[in-house]
Amino acid sequence: MGYQAHFRVWRGDADSGALRDFRVEVNEGEVVLDVIHRLQATQCPDLAVRWNCKAGKCGSCSAEINGRPRLMCMTRMSTFAEDETVTVTPMRTFPLVRDLVTDVSYNYAKAREIPSFQPPADLAPGEYRMQQVDVQRSQEFRKCIECFLCQNTCHVVRDHEDNEQAFAGPRYLMRVAELEMHPLDTADRHQDAQTQHGLGFCNITKCCTEVCPEHIKITDNALIPLKERVADRRYDPLARLFRRRKE
Amino acid sequence: MTEIERHAFDVVVIGAGGAGLRAAIEARSRGMRTAVVCKSLFGKAHTVMAEGGIAAAMGNVNPNDGWQVHFRDTMRGGKFLNNWRMAELHAKEAPERVWELETYGALFDRTKDGRISQRNFGGHEYPRLAHVGDRTGLELIRTLQQQIVALQQRDFQEFGDYEAGLRVFGECTVTDLLVESGRVAGAFGYWRESGRFLLFEAPSVVLATGGIGKSYKVTSNSWEYTGDGHALALRAGAALINMEFVQFHPTGMVWPPSVKGILVTESVRGDGGVLRNSEGRRFMFDYIPEVFKEKYADNETEADRWYDDPDHNRRPPELLPRDEVARAINAEVKAGRGSPHGGVFLDIASRLPGEEIQRRLPSMYHQFRELADVDITREPMEVGPTCHYVMGGVEVDPDSAASGVPGLFAAGEVAGGMHGSNRLGGNSLSDLLVFGRRAGMGAASYVESIGQDRPTPVESEVDNAARWALAPFGERGPDGPPENPYTLQMELQQVMNDLVGIIRRSDEMEQALKKLDDLGRRVRNVMVEGHRQYNPGWHLALDLRNMVLVSECVARSALERTESRGGHTRDDFPQMDPEWRHQLLACELEHSESGESRADRMDGVRVLRRPQPAMRPDLLALFELAELTKFYLAEELAEHPSEKG
Ligand SMILES: Cc1cc2nc3c(=O)[nH]c(=O)nc-3n(C[C@H](O)[C@H](O)[C@H](O)COP(=O)(O)OP(=O)(O)OC[C@H]3O[C@@H](n4cnc5c(N)ncnc54)[C@H](O)[C@@H]3O)c2cc1C
Ligand code: SF4
Ligand code: SF4
Ligand code: FES
Repeated sequence: MGYQAHFRVWRGDADSGALRDFRVEVNEGEVVLDVIHRLQATQCPDLAVRWNCKAGKCGSCSAEINGRPRLMCMTRMSTFAEDETVTVTPMRTFPLVRDLVTDVSYNYAKAREIPSFQPPADLAPGEYRMQQVDVQRSQEFRKCIECFLCQNTCHVVRDHEDNEQAFAGPRYLMRVAELEMHPLDTADRHQDAQTQHGLGFCNITKCCTEVCPEHIKITDNALIPLKERVADRRYDPLARLFRRRKE
Repeated sequence: MTEIERHAFDVVVIGAGGAGLRAAIEARSRGMRTAVVCKSLFGKAHTVMAEGGIAAAMGNVNPNDGWQVHFRDTMRGGKFLNNWRMAELHAKEAPERVWELETYGALFDRTKDGRISQRNFGGHEYPRLAHVGDRTGLELIRTLQQQIVALQQRDFQEFGDYEAGLRVFGECTVTDLLVESGRVAGAFGYWRESGRFLLFEAPSVVLATGGIGKSYKVTSNSWEYTGDGHALALRAGAALINMEFVQFHPTGMVWPPSVKGILVTESVRGDGGVLRNSEGRRFMFDYIPEVFKEKYADNETEADRWYDDPDHNRRPPELLPRDEVARAINAEVKAGRGSPHGGVFLDIASRLPGEEIQRRLPSMYHQFRELADVDITREPMEVGPTCHYVMGGVEVDPDSAASGVPGLFAAGEVAGGMHGSNRLGGNSLSDLLVFGRRAGMGAASYVESIGQDRPTPVESEVDNAARWALAPFGERGPDGPPENPYTLQMELQQVMNDLVGIIRRSDEMEQALKKLDDLGRRVRNVMVEGHRQYNPGWHLALDLRNMVLVSECVARSALERTESRGGHTRDDFPQMDPEWRHQLLACELEHSESGESRADRMDGVRVLRRPQPAMRPDLLALFELAELTKFYLAEELAEHPSEKG
């Protein structure tokens, strides 16, 4: 059942660091996070790692495993051969704090730039009526656990740090789409997506969708429809006037 | 001594789960400069894990529902030990709190006529749980998080600073409360990232730190659940009540070992899932207790009819309150009728079509496929009890959430009383909103009431707090060899699991107390490696002190209560005893005069008896006398209308 695995884990802080090699026990059914915890308990008590739920629900334990952005708690050890080296490194796009922990404050800053839900003025609490088919579209996006793996992966920021200012990233462009598709939101948002949040940077490579642990179709269901709305309204400025409450 | 970052606020909320965020929204809306402090990142609190739903008698699915029915169910579920005023406020206010979430942008699943859909859950007479698939907690936390952002955006427009009125301190742990002349003066903590210290000067603190489940080996709870708020309250001089009542959720995963304890939502049963033993028998029919016989079906045909026609059939016994189901599973496994990995079978595959299961229970489908290689649309799951929730917590005033210490408030899982001896599923999320809001109100009115007369933290106490937090980096253990925090945590979890677990006996609990005493001493000798920057070993060393203290409260109270009720089952006292129904156990810390820091002056936990105030007659009248006589002493029922005749 159990075996000794070869792990390489990044250790260090913003100033210096290196990949360190470890031999560590692995038992049946374990995930990468279990093994990292075993390292903490037996070999390096100060190994920094973020986690909470260990059930794929909180989006805390994001890292890159053999170069692939993943949740450590949802990566089964059985997906690797017993003699395979498992390399665990922090998310690459965000500034390093220590070991596997990165500074993800960029994401919280972007979240604050998206105008919030604007409730209809004429409905009291308890009077909201919406059909399941209509809420379903935004519900898909609300499955997001804010693991920031898509933000980490998207090349717009990953490869060009200076784009950080102008580009909200897939998670927050999706938030714009979510509110835009909310049946009762009264704000007008799609132009802002283009001018304020950098929708134009996205060239629909779908890399964000590929890494999403919640299997949200970020590109197909959020970003592309948002782009289409922007394009539509550009050619038909009058449409805005007729659009108070969304259908 | 060390450099300390200082902040001044009106209200400091410790905890960013449902209760903390709702409290902060309220406090800010009432003009308070408010801080929210949390151990993990903003939006990751434990509440995010809640699955099944939020209980509120909106009557969207069955119009017969109303606050009175919800109140009755809550009291029954808690075996009438609940603080009835809290249960009343909760039942009355939960619908408004849920509707309010919609105005913040929440998107619940809908009924055909466009209202919020509601699902069945254990112990709830009607479909009552508003939900979003099986990720309701995520919706709740994200909605509140986004409402906090909305308030910050408003402040930005007005003051040009997002954090002018409401600031979130993420990955920041509070280790001490500062009390000056018996009143709250602030809180002391450290940034996890840098290890640097902070001092919050504030006349009011709202504890919303959640539960204690990490002291058990098999648990659905995350690392955050180390009972910090419970311990902070005790050390500040407040009392904890009902600490003997710990809820073991009947259905946690049992295999593979590394996921043992992870929750399998009760919605599986609410949506038709049934429990079977190794002989294929639906064993819950054998475990319907006398007090519930009128409400639960005693045969499969009637139970199965109930899903379509709940008005003319009794409910399936799989939906009994959690304590009953957990004990039944425990008994089946003990009798040798368990599943291969020591649980029982939970079968939804034979009850609903595959697509329907995937639609209604997407995260369960995902969880079992990814973590256990089980396809729940084809095979049964293996499940067993897991430590899930603590009913006990800070003793509070129901209306204002105030503790006994002026300026200290508590709401959510860290507060006690609302759920009595056993919580119904779905009643926590609603509790967070109802009492989170009330705690925010309570704190705001308190701050207004004291005006300029604000206590200031005493510098020597601040230094003490810093010294106490740094102790694990010291050269020496006060009395013994250096200890490893991870090892001690594992030992503690084993003790609580084995000796103060789901079934309890006096000799085992005595043994547990001895071991806890020993662990308490060894925790003082914990030494950690490395430096203060994001050092999990150090974080755990500090959490451990709280875990041991709170575990002692659980064990002492459990030993004292010589009966079985709800989340407290005694092998040596298997019956419920009406003499105990009106008695609560409260834990307080004994303070001695000597000792350098406040922490050194804490001696031990003292358990006191508190009478439970009698229920208001109009509420008592909501129950049939025949039902009450199963729980109450005859003389307590003199006020019931049918007694007065
Ligand atoms: C898997 C699971 C499923 C559940 N499903 C349901 C359900 O369907 N319905 C239901 O009603 N209930 C459910 N519950 C119970 C419910 O989720 C919890 O009781 C509830 O979320 C607790 O919320 P809270 O606001 O009290 O605390 P939490 O959400 O736990 O938040 C606690 C906060 O306090 C912070 N904190 C703790 N200590 C400190 C400290 N020392 N310094 C600073 N910050 C600190 C934490 O970081 C965190 O932000 C479930 C529980 C679990 C585990
Ligand atoms: S689809 Fe757009 S947002 Fe997603 S990774 Fe590609 S460029 Fe980035
Ligand atoms: S959209 Fe998916 S990948 Fe991106 S943050 Fe949300 S859950 Fe993570
Ligand atoms: S620990 Fe919560 S997603 Fe991995």
